[in-house]
Amino acid sequence: MSPLKSVQFLLLALGALSAAAFARADVKVGDTFPALAPAQLVNLGGGDVPALSSKVTLVDFWASWCAPCKASFPAMAKLYGEYSGRGLQIVAVSIDEKPAAAVAFWKKMAPPFIALHDREQKLVQEVGVPTMPTSYLVDQSGRVRYVHAGFHGDLADLRKEIESLLAEKS
Amino acid sequence: MKRVRPVLLVLGLLAVGLSGCATTELVRVKPWQRATLADYTMRPDRDPLNTAMAEHIYFSRETATGGRGVGGSGCGCN
Repeated sequence: MSPLKSVQFLLLALGALSAAAFARADVKVGDTFPALAPAQLVNLGGGDVPALSSKVTLVDFWASWCAPCKASFPAMAKLYGEYSGRGLQIVAVSIDEKPAAAVAFWKKMAPPFIALHDREQKLVQEVGVPTMPTSYLVDQSGRVRYVHAGFHGDLADLRKEIESLLAEKS
Repeated sequence: MKRVRPVLLVLGLLAVGLSGCATTELVRVKPWQRATLADYTMRPDRDPLNTAMAEHIYFSRETATGGRGVGGSGCGCN
């Protein structure tokens, strides 16, 4: 290979690798949340996969092996009890690789909100969650308005954002 | 043996340094891939006898005890 061709090859390789490194973009505040239907999610309760439009939605990613996720469920159930009457929808998405583990967790926790299973981890990869659990507060137009990463026993900031978004809606 | 041209060497190093190989994105275990890491069998303190023996060795060698381990399941959550 001539020196010129070597340089061209190296530059091309550099470009391709750099593009691959920066191609993945995580969903952040202001982005449109990906549609749930194409990810082939399974509703653990047996119903349909809900649409994100027309309702303020909290999409929460959880796993049966994640201890903070387990701790967050009662807190989210409380949030749901307080705000579902005002139009809040909570969609909890399991990213478990083992369907039986997701189902067992769901049965044990018996949440009042919708629980889905991202069995092929398509949605979670598209969203690129930074930690487990992570919740995305999505407005009626499908845009992410707030991201709550992790669970430390307090959802005060999330509650504030929900209040604000529901007030905006009405 | 043919001598490597400095320009090519620099470009090669630049390619590796600025490419995806140098980012943590490509090597980091994603949060949703940590089911195995979070398993009970991955915990270093899963065997009480082994923990007690390790603690004894630690105490005998360094005259120090306790202060071992932190909260969390190993899943890297939070």
